[in-house]
Amino acid sequence: MADHSELETVIGLEVHAQLSTRSKMFCDCPTTFGAAPNSQTCPICLGMPGVLPVINRRAVEYGVRTALAFSLRLNAACRFARKHYYYPDMPKNFQISQYEEPLAEDGWLEIDTPSGVRRIGIQRLHLEEDVGRLVHEGEFAAAQASLVDYNRSGTPLMETVSRPDLRSPEEAAIYLRAFRAVLLHLGVCDGNMEEGSLRCDANVSLRARGAAELGTKVELKNLNSFRNVQRALEYEVQRQAEALAAGRRIVQETRLFDADRGTTRSMRSKEYAHDYRYFPEPDLVPLKLDPAWVESIRADLPELPRAQRQRFVSQYGLPAYDAEILTQSRALAGYYEAAVREHANPKAISNWVMTELLRELGGDDEAAVARSPISPAHLGRLVRLIDDGTISGKIAKDVFARMLAGGGDPAEIVRREGLTQVVDTGALEAMVDQAIAANPKAVADFRGGKTAAAKALVGQVMKASGGKANPAMVDRLVQEKLTRI
Amino acid sequence: MLGTTIHELTTAFARGERSPVATAEAYLARIEALDAKVGAYLTVMRDEALAAARDAEARYRAGRPLGPLDGAPIALKDVFCTRGVRTTCGSRILERFVPPYDATMVTRLRTAGAILLGKTNMDEFAMGSSTEHSAFHVTRNPWDLGRVPGGSSGGSAAAVAGGLAAGAFGTDTGGSVRQPAAFCGVVGLKPTYGRVSRYGLIAFASSLDHVAPFALDVVDTARLLGAVAGHDPLDATSVSVPVPDYEAELAGGVKGLRIGVPDEYFGTGLDPEIERAVRAAIEVLRDLGATIERVSLPTTEHGVATYYIVAPAEASSNLARYDGVKYGLRVPGKDLIDMAGRTRAAGFGAEVKRRIMLGTYALSAGYHDAYYGQAQKVRTLVRREFEAAFARVDLLAAPTTPGVAFPHGAKADPLAMYMNDVYTIPASMTGLPAVSVPCGFSAAGLPIGLQLIGRALDEVTLLRAAHAYEQATPWRRRRPDLG
Repeated sequence: MADHSELETVIGLEVHAQLSTRSKMFCDCPTTFGAAPNSQTCPICLGMPGVLPVINRRAVEYGVRTALAFSLRLNAACRFARKHYYYPDMPKNFQISQYEEPLAEDGWLEIDTPSGVRRIGIQRLHLEEDVGRLVHEGEFAAAQASLVDYNRSGTPLMETVSRPDLRSPEEAAIYLRAFRAVLLHLGVCDGNMEEGSLRCDANVSLRARGAAELGTKVELKNLNSFRNVQRALEYEVQRQAEALAAGRRIVQETRLFDADRGTTRSMRSKEYAHDYRYFPEPDLVPLKLDPAWVESIRADLPELPRAQRQRFVSQYGLPAYDAEILTQSRALAGYYEAAVREHANPKAISNWVMTELLRELGGDDEAAVARSPISPAHLGRLVRLIDDGTISGKIAKDVFARMLAGGGDPAEIVRREGLTQVVDTGALEAMVDQAIAANPKAVADFRGGKTAAAKALVGQVMKASGGKANPAMVDRLVQEKLTRI
Repeated sequence: MLGTTIHELTTAFARGERSPVATAEAYLARIEALDAKVGAYLTVMRDEALAAARDAEARYRAGRPLGPLDGAPIALKDVFCTRGVRTTCGSRILERFVPPYDATMVTRLRTAGAILLGKTNMDEFAMGSSTEHSAFHVTRNPWDLGRVPGGSSGGSAAAVAGGLAAGAFGTDTGGSVRQPAAFCGVVGLKPTYGRVSRYGLIAFASSLDHVAPFALDVVDTARLLGAVAGHDPLDATSVSVPVPDYEAELAGGVKGLRIGVPDEYFGTGLDPEIERAVRAAIEVLRDLGATIERVSLPTTEHGVATYYIVAPAEASSNLARYDGVKYGLRVPGKDLIDMAGRTRAAGFGAEVKRRIMLGTYALSAGYHDAYYGQAQKVRTLVRREFEAAFARVDLLAAPTTPGVAFPHGAKADPLAMYMNDVYTIPASMTGLPAVSVPCGFSAAGLPIGLQLIGRALDEVTLLRAAHAYEQATPWRRRRPDLG
């Protein structure tokens, strides 16, 4: 066991996704993030005496949609169950979840890894309600009081558990990214890890390469970004490998990732594992899915990210990297395609979206794309203005900045600001002549064999034109005139 | 006042012979004068009742009453949430709990114009058969103040029997309405599970809790059921089946009805006086034209054991929310867990704690299958057995209780108390509708109840038979004397 290369890493991910339904899982309170504490509550999500849950049909629809996208088998007999433990953020001291009869079981997600395409099994998908949030007065250990905000209590959560098919921290991060992309395409989750709408726990163990049995697993919690998922797993794999190398046993336990230190620490061991005392939720009847309804959901499934990525490569001739970035969300992919419909230069538009636009949007999710001050049609038009020679790439960046500030149609900005390129040969010739006359040293250098001196002259012309001169034409004119001298 | 039914009152209101306000005042005066003896109420809603009565009176004056319950003075077991009126569930832990919402059945009663007189006493969290387990005080049986009114809805039963309300609602989980109805000489109906919304009923055992009315006669019972029955979008277990006009369907008698008499309900432990009265009642039904036949329900003997797994299991879950964090009693502690522990230790009575522990045990890892899992299987067997019986007969007739009302303190042993539910538990576990209707008195003058059990959602046949029996017998005219 001393040699790490003989060890195989085995990882499974549990992903909790907040469904982006308007109302909560079992009551009609809104799910808006960031509202004043306890302003989005009612007797039901506060767990008042006497209240009863009623299943949110839209949440089930989102669950079914996701299950179909991951080729999971929908359970004919699907039921909710109560999961018991005491914690003040959970008003009933039980969570309505699913246990023996989840919504769907047994599917997969294909991911592209450096070692090729891998099919990662998805064991189950179930629906449950989220808990509230505790705010401690000061540091947790020293806090004199805790406040509870139940706004999040009852928000629909979809838990999906992967099979232990992931073989490296990097693969885990790839899986999570691909998983998120599917959810964003389905429109069932906003995928925002910082706000906690997408949360991930990881189970990780090591075993001798080729062994059939799994090693003792450790559960990692508090992995609130793609980067942290990978970092936490890398740390944990290293920790376990070192422990095994030193002849120590791995303890089955839950460990918290400390993002500041980049380490994990023990939270509770299995001896203190909860007995959740699951039993079927008596206040809800078993969920029977109408086959016709399921089929209508299937018929409405959008193109999924992997298929879309392949199409972007074949249809638009994009590099795989571009296609990957552009298909992270349905919103971004839709934006890109709309821009290409306006002006058919797929690669140039891809460059603009990936670099300039994404930097400004601060995200690729639906909300971020919807906030874009630049419409896809306008971005397409901007690229067209470059392609037809109306403006240079450099000017285009200025125009882009003006569009961001709410400037609207780029053609209009160019016209209003007089940014059109000078392509009039007569005017350009005059400017080149002037530059040559004013820079005898550059001319002498050129004639002395320093061809780079021409560049300085081009720069002079561009500067004199305020950037509006067509750089290719200026370059050609400078070359012609210098050779003729 | 004593012995006046809701239908007599509302008829008099409509004719202008009685005033809803004067009637409400008379009931409130009677409560003030006599409830110290009986202990039926925990909270009297004087001002709300009088305001509602004035509204009802105005509607009658305008010739536009809201319906057959308009102006009827009614009491509610303190298990139903009433907006702005404290709802204790008979427990210290909810002693100062004021719900911010009305239970669906409360909304429906208000909409029907009923006058809510107050909230009645009960065994804490509806756990008990005597109303001795209320955290506040015991309730006394109006027929003999030294005896219990039954439970857990003893306050509501005593209120109707003692003329402290014209009708009342309780909840029946294992017999908590039928048994006190039998002990107090009134009618108590447990409708089919799902027939009445449970939204706002503080849960004891969710799969067994039923909203159930008490009344002086079957006409009133039908009327009260009709006011609260029907699908509720807030209760996923409420059924979406049209509600018949129960009162209009009462006539027709029992001619041609097949009534089964289950052997197992007449075995050892049944008081001979009760057996005599119930068998005589069955003869009355035969004389009225019903066919009587013996049936066998062998799983009856497992009912109590099964019930005392399922009900505590669900209770242990439902009562987990009382932790001092959000509402009700809070006893401070050194941390959150300590606070919850202290709050629950101080807030719950012995019987509630006993059942929470029973239920927690029955659901815990390693015991879950042997207890909760097994109990669910037995429950399925009981259900099948009843289905088989109802393939042959239309109704079942049996005693409601094995004995008459017992003296306070007589059943200190929990098991002896639990056995009181032996005849009522099967209909609870199957969710079938069942009614207890007075069928005589013991030599000591204590009421005896005849239990009729019907097919799922067939309250019409059940009430029709109960009505035919009641009309053919004199029992409903005898009333206790509270002085």
